[in-house]
Amino acid sequence: MELLVISLTVFVLAVFVGFEIITKVPPTLHTPLMSGSNAISGITLVGAVISAGAQISLLTTILGFLAVVFATINVVGGFLVTERMLAMFRRKD
Amino acid sequence: MRENLINLAYLVAAVLFILGIKGMTHPRTAVRGNRLGAVGMLIAVVAALLDLHVVRYEWIIAGVVLGAGIGALMANRVQMTDMPQMVALLNGFGGIASTLVAGAALLETLAVAVSPPLQFTIATAASGLIGAVTFWGSLVAFGKLQGLVGDIRITGAQMLNAALLALTTAFGVWLVIDPSATWAYWALVVTASILGLSLVFPIGGADMPVVISLLNSYSGLAAAATGFVLNNNALIITGSLVGASGIILTNIMCKAMNRSLTNVLFGIWVPSEEAVTGDEVYAGKVKAAHADELALLLEGARRVVIVPGYGMAVSQAQHAVRDLVLMLEERGVEVEFAIHPVAGRMPGHMNVLLAEADIPYEQMKEMDEINPTFEQTDVAIVIGANDVVNPMARTNPSSPIAGMPILNVDKARSVIVIKRSLSPGFAGVPNPLFAADNTLMLFADAKKGALDLMNALKAA
Repeated sequence: MELLVISLTVFVLAVFVGFEIITKVPPTLHTPLMSGSNAISGITLVGAVISAGAQISLLTTILGFLAVVFATINVVGGFLVTERMLAMFRRKD
Repeated sequence: MRENLINLAYLVAAVLFILGIKGMTHPRTAVRGNRLGAVGMLIAVVAALLDLHVVRYEWIIAGVVLGAGIGALMANRVQMTDMPQMVALLNGFGGIASTLVAGAALLETLAVAVSPPLQFTIATAASGLIGAVTFWGSLVAFGKLQGLVGDIRITGAQMLNAALLALTTAFGVWLVIDPSATWAYWALVVTASILGLSLVFPIGGADMPVVISLLNSYSGLAAAATGFVLNNNALIITGSLVGASGIILTNIMCKAMNRSLTNVLFGIWVPSEEAVTGDEVYAGKVKAAHADELALLLEGARRVVIVPGYGMAVSQAQHAVRDLVLMLEERGVEVEFAIHPVAGRMPGHMNVLLAEADIPYEQMKEMDEINPTFEQTDVAIVIGANDVVNPMARTNPSSPIAGMPILNVDKARSVIVIKRSLSPGFAGVPNPLFAADNTLMLFADAKKGALDLMNALKAA
């Protein structure tokens, strides 16, 4: 129960931080914001890595492996495509 | 000790994510922001690899190599016009990863402990639900944006969705009561998957900005739920940041269409009582013009505002538009872009396309900023946009788009509309702008129209 309260506290505070920063992002950058925030939502990779490496049973390893694949596509694809887009927004002096 | 260090590393990663998103508040700092996020992710993954539970690395390495290869390939190959599809797919992959991790965590916990705590099972059910809805919903959104799937309206879709949600919840409750019933988790994933499909199938193309934003939010919430499953603050913080981001964008999109979220989600369009037909609006009033005449008009202009829409993306006209802009600027014309929040198929879609064509971001103006300037604008050029410049939203309270904030191009001295035909936009209503006294139509595809204008201007 104590853990749940701590987790909830962290969750709610993070939502507020999110609202505060993201409302300041200009519409011009909404697409990169989306792909970039999408990339960091691939943080599930952390859990996937632990499942894939924990060796509890064959099934958990397979689930973990698949999760690692999907989450990595999410992370790598997201960061790279955001980088590509943002490079276009750089001023060409 | 080791566990504390790992958790501190997660904290560092979360801080880097926050700073990274903060970087996105300005185009100058955005690249650095994105890289900070990537560094944060690297730190988090290294910390996970050091976790005591990790004993074998071959599956991890294989998964990372495979995923990174596919991800890099997708990121390098995708066309800027197809960015909505790309983001939809990535959202979905994040979602399914959360569902799989929660499933694995359930099996792992059952293997070591007899009864997992309540928080664990509730969060597992939530992860399964949100992740599966996100995955299948995103695949349908991808199919629609790619033109593979049409709008499929099933009668009683709302009843079906309600039933599916009830069934999914029932499996979730079962899992909470009896955590050893792993079948309940997979049954929940199956019903949630069908729910994801049936939720997005009826939603139309122009509502995609809302759907993608919402699925973006869901992918974050799925990660946050997985964070509750694993008691991992990095996932909770990051997931809630992304969840908040998606919700904010969803809200902006809904406001820009003057529609409620439920309205969009259930694919409801309130048909207008007194429908105005195209014939009534257009009869004898539409003036088609040749590029040469329009070039003369542009010759004498001092200020031109360009309004891009989805049509510009479809015909890949951004480079042709840039050439037209350069030609105008050479002649001392001031050119700005007016960008409606829902122009295109995702938030900021037009900006990315224009940036791809080397148009500086200072030239792209938001709706509220540019609207008061249309009265001082000599020529407004509408390229492949329709509903977002329809003055009926302002003038006709019984129109289906009544109250939707629009770009007031009709207030410019002259308006050039580049459009293939008079066919209605997504809202299915005629646009009186096309029949206005100060409007000239250039019937062409966006790219050809922009090129014709430029060539005519060159010759003039």
